[in-house]
Amino acid sequence: MKSKVIVATTINGEDAEFLCEPRQSLLEVLRDNLGLTGAKEGCNNGNCGACNVLLDGVLVNACLVLGVEAEGRTIETVEGLAAGGQLHPLQQKFLEHAALQCGICTPGFLLAAKALLDQNPDPTEAEVRHWLAGNLCRCTGYDKIVRAVLDAADAG
Amino acid sequence: MQPFRYIRAQNVEHAATLLQQQDGRARILAGGTDLIVALREHRIEADLVIDIKGVPEVDELAFDAHNGLRLGAAVPCHRIYRHADVLRYYPGIIDAASLIGGIQIQGRASLGGNLCNASPAADSIPALIVHSAVCDIALPQTRRRVAVEEFCTAPGKTVLGRGEFLASLHLPPPPPGFGAAYLRFIPRNEMDIAVVGVGASVQLDADRRHIVAARIALGAVAPTPLLVHEAGATLVGAVADDAAFARAAEIAQAAARPITDMRGTAEYRRHLVGVLTRRALAKAVARASK
Repeated sequence: MKSKVIVATTINGEDAEFLCEPRQSLLEVLRDNLGLTGAKEGCNNGNCGACNVLLDGVLVNACLVLGVEAEGRTIETVEGLAAGGQLHPLQQKFLEHAALQCGICTPGFLLAAKALLDQNPDPTEAEVRHWLAGNLCRCTGYDKIVRAVLDAADAG
Repeated sequence: MQPFRYIRAQNVEHAATLLQQQDGRARILAGGTDLIVALREHRIEADLVIDIKGVPEVDELAFDAHNGLRLGAAVPCHRIYRHADVLRYYPGIIDAASLIGGIQIQGRASLGGNLCNASPAADSIPALIVHSAVCDIALPQTRRRVAVEEFCTAPGKTVLGRGEFLASLHLPPPPPGFGAAYLRFIPRNEMDIAVVGVGASVQLDADRRHIVAARIALGAVAPTPLLVHEAGATLVGAVADDAAFARAAEIAQAAARPITDMRGTAEYRRHLVGVLTRRALAKAVARASK
């Protein structure tokens, strides 16, 4: 067995240390080692976006990042979105627009939408659809998700 | 996933030395969007993964008017298409970097990785070719340079020998009156593999009417991306108009060697080469005229 590595990182604003094998993806580490099960395993090959997290503020598929690559980096997951008992505006708008059914894709969509609004607070519908093209939803048909993101942008 | 060791390379020599010591059992990790999937699916075996993202040259994205663009092999797409100088001087690169995968792939995937993956349909390769990009390939003690159009040798195969890796790409500064574009056809709006991709670049003379030089490169219509010298050559001295674009497009169609597969028939691909070559040239000329 190859030896494990200690990784020091920041997750949702708090210092975190974990022990992992180099072959473990960041998604596996978050879910299996750290109990942060918000990021979901959909395709596990970078096509579906269900595992999206922010790595130093950049939207990535956690299934395509090695856990060891998180050393010294900052990670944001869906667990960090709500603050002080208040849902993040995007989470609130997803609820209001019923922009989810089974919910598996939702954490990825929320992180992707957050990354979009962080850099483009007032996107057009076309920009929202383009940005979210890497997130797959098999339930909603996307329309409610797009409306929720546009509404969150208006409210922000 | 199979077990492997992971090392962060300190510099180019460190990475090259590690790669050579492992005698073919080590893999270079940049953005990981191809490598990690291949390791997980056991299409690639490795004892050691060498992360090169911390190597200064490999992570560098810098432009100067004399030397052009130094594009480290691991620089991710999202940094490329937000870079003011790339936006201004390398429009074909912007086109390609903006449509590889989705936003979350662009957060990690690099053009160096896209090139080393050597897919016949890789979006960045025709764009790099029409911008006359050159590969800087590292060995522990030496370097060698290879033009991008000569880098891929077959689907998934490159000129890289055992122990060699791609450290960076160098793109010359654009001459006055230069414009470029990359276009691809996919049946969806986003997130698909090119049925055909075409890159075109032109240099116009001072009156912005005649073409001084042109390059046309095709993707997904041969075992490797193709630079079609003759299609560019036919445009030299011509007025930059639809008739000239059509002539170049016919030559590009004749040079294509498409196959029929799930994405399209050979006949359809050849048709698309014509359409996309004309459009890419028109776009490159429009950009050069600005």
